[in-house]
Amino acid sequence: MNREPRASQGNFRRTAGRQLIYLGLASLIGLGALMWSLASLSEGVAETALDAIAGSVTLALSEEPPQLDSSRATDTVSSQILGHVMEGLLRYDEFNRIVPGVAERWEIGATKATFWLRDDAFWSDGSRITAHDFVFAWQTALDPQTASEYAFILYPIKNAEAINNGQLDTAALGATALNDTTLLVRLERPVAYFNSLLVFPTYFPIKQSFYEKRQGRYGADASELLYNGPFVIEKWVHGSQLRMVRNPHYWDRNRIRLNIIDYAYITSDVNATLNLFKDRKIAIAGLNSENLDDALQRHWKLERFNEGCVGYISFNHRSSRLTRNRHLRKAMQHAMDTSELVYKVIAMPGNLPGVSFFPVWLQGVERPFRQEFPAPETQVDVTQARYYLAQAKKELGLDEWRPLTFLTGDRATTNKISEYLQQEFKEKLGLDIAIDRQIFKQRLAKMSSGDFDMVLAGWCPDYDDPLTFGDLFASWNKNNRGEYKNPELDQWVRIAQNSLEPHTRMNAFSEIQKIIHLEAVILPTYETGSVYVRDPRLKGVVKRAVGMDSDYSNAYIDG
Amino acid sequence: MANSRTNKHAYVRYAVIRLIQGAITVWLIATATFFAMHNVPGDPLMDEKAVSPEIRKNLQAKYGLDRPLLEQYGIYLSNMIRGDFGISYAQENRRVNDIIREHFPVSAILGVLSIVFAALGGILFGALTAINRNRLPDIVIMFLVIMGISVPSFVFAALGQMTLVNVNAFFGTSILPVAGWGSVSHMIMPSLILGLGTMAFLTRLMRSSMLEIDNADYLRTAISKGLPPTRIFLRHQLRNAILPVITVLGPSIAAITTGGFVVELVFAIPGLGRYFVQAVQQSDYTVIMGTTVFYGAFLVFMVIVVDLLYGLVDPRVRLD
Repeated sequence: MNREPRASQGNFRRTAGRQLIYLGLASLIGLGALMWSLASLSEGVAETALDAIAGSVTLALSEEPPQLDSSRATDTVSSQILGHVMEGLLRYDEFNRIVPGVAERWEIGATKATFWLRDDAFWSDGSRITAHDFVFAWQTALDPQTASEYAFILYPIKNAEAINNGQLDTAALGATALNDTTLLVRLERPVAYFNSLLVFPTYFPIKQSFYEKRQGRYGADASELLYNGPFVIEKWVHGSQLRMVRNPHYWDRNRIRLNIIDYAYITSDVNATLNLFKDRKIAIAGLNSENLDDALQRHWKLERFNEGCVGYISFNHRSSRLTRNRHLRKAMQHAMDTSELVYKVIAMPGNLPGVSFFPVWLQGVERPFRQEFPAPETQVDVTQARYYLAQAKKELGLDEWRPLTFLTGDRATTNKISEYLQQEFKEKLGLDIAIDRQIFKQRLAKMSSGDFDMVLAGWCPDYDDPLTFGDLFASWNKNNRGEYKNPELDQWVRIAQNSLEPHTRMNAFSEIQKIIHLEAVILPTYETGSVYVRDPRLKGVVKRAVGMDSDYSNAYIDG
Repeated sequence: MANSRTNKHAYVRYAVIRLIQGAITVWLIATATFFAMHNVPGDPLMDEKAVSPEIRKNLQAKYGLDRPLLEQYGIYLSNMIRGDFGISYAQENRRVNDIIREHFPVSAILGVLSIVFAALGGILFGALTAINRNRLPDIVIMFLVIMGISVPSFVFAALGQMTLVNVNAFFGTSILPVAGWGSVSHMIMPSLILGLGTMAFLTRLMRSSMLEIDNADYLRTAISKGLPPTRIFLRHQLRNAILPVITVLGPSIAAITTGGFVVELVFAIPGLGRYFVQAVQQSDYTVIMGTTVFYGAFLVFMVIVVDLLYGLVDPRVRLD
């Protein structure tokens, strides 16, 4: 009696177990077969990184452009795409020289600039590009209703700022189409770098009739955009793919050698991007500290590139903050070793230690600015730093240092840098730093309202002139979020803005460079670089610190 | 006859009550999200480059952010009831409805596939472990289950993708794509990865429910009646043990469909999860509200569906 159920139970288990395994296997095989048959039915996704016969290159985008209305574009991804499908009056060539774009020739003077448009420049619908298209685009960007973030870049044009602030009507803009091919621009002030502004997306033309028909959806989809660049967008699947093909209407189409540029993947995950590169699905992949070793072990050739941005510690100069004290800032300046920060902490090739707020690639009068006007050097000197700190304590009338709030972003590199600096300032100076880690918008909100002592910030150039860095700490600059005010610096900024004489201007930047160092307005931490791997068969890719990056319009496949 | 009519009546009444409760839940979710979102410092109009106060005012007027918060809330609710979630701040020319319509199906396909994987695997492995209790298969599988539950999905995603790279390199051809979206072959690895956690969870659930039934009276009766083992296993043990698994499937579908953003990122899949997370980072108010309310409603709806189904499947469940 007792044995019977147990025996049968054991028997039951064996049978059931076997049964179950069969069942499971069968269902797995069935499912697998179903998937495979479906997979073979669906169109073969045979795209490879490079196809020499089709002339196509496949790439990944880190994120998708929010929209492609050139009058409102702000981010680097949009600028990269727009740079391929649009063209301004002027453009950068493969040697980063400014060359004719839609404008065949031009004259830029102190009070006005004239542009003669070529008569073979067409929109992708076949219609001629006229001077009106530029006037309309600029008026649109400046219209307060458009609320374009980059409207300020048009301010050198007469009345632009007043229009943008709602004081004048858009018709008052100092840009006039004398006829279809002649564009006259009256300037607010002499602008030494006006030609380098013209390559910026905000200066790209927009065809009025097309724009108005979109009813606010201009640039939202591939079909909602009219193109005039080397490529047109053939297909834009949001979040997934953006495919550009050669524009048959482009005036300089013979220069273009690629037929297709296919951004077939959109992901910000660098490991995923590298995996796609390994699988020969994309031709270029960016690297970071996580996957650098992987790339090194494969003996790939690493490409380095100076991105042109400067990372820095921005101090809060408001009167309620300890950091308003110059000696406190000087103490930190002398305690900080940017070489150690860049080579040991960040430890990624491509970055340079922060020496000046003016990065190395900026052009001076004849040679690079930093060669003509070397930045004042900072010695790492703990004794000196402690002396400054003691002075600061006296001046501020403190018995004990309060912890300083160090506002930072939430990315991996940011964390590394801020934690390193926290430890350095504690060890060398005995200063307590409280890290306030915030996501992007929250960090911006706190920066704008002045809710910080120090903030880990960065600044990237908008145009190719030292002024893109030089005017940041002018008292009137809205991006001067530490509210630094110095009449002397303001004076030098005005000189640099209004002069056309290169020596005078560069000298002014040199003075600004000195003040920033002497007053420790900010502390430069590093100049950002990037490292990437590239399929060696893809040639002619141009990387730029200013303007469209990366530029594939001159690229070709070799082999 | 009369009895069945009353039952039917009670059932409809129950369903209606549950739906009303669901609607209230969704409203609470919307309200809580709305006020929490507006209390976080920073707003969607803020960007790296500061704009002039005039432009900021224009933007605020355009998006209605210049009105009192309660009025904004009222406007938002009335638009929501009409099914209009507004326009994204970050992707200025896209309607939130379009974002959900274009990207939710992707997440849904991925979610359903992973649930199929998870349910099949969970039931299979759970039953296996229960039958082989405390023997080798049980120990091995339960070890893997603990791994599956405790290891986060981004680790599995990275590992899975690396495996694909190596497999493709080994065969010298593309067996399965490493990332991307568009064909069935793109879906296999991501959905497997996405389903792993749920599969592990379901395995454990299935195991315990099988073991519970092991000592049930009806099973002993069946065995002593001398029914063939196959019949006992399939009709009595497996069928009864599956019930709790079905119960958690509903919420699991919702959880998987909404929680796939890491997998979506790694495999470059244009699912809604990525937009959801991005929106929070960018304080994109309309997208945050749209996706939260949509996901919330979806989860609530799935729970209701399962409750209703459960009432149908198991006559012992009383509908009050």
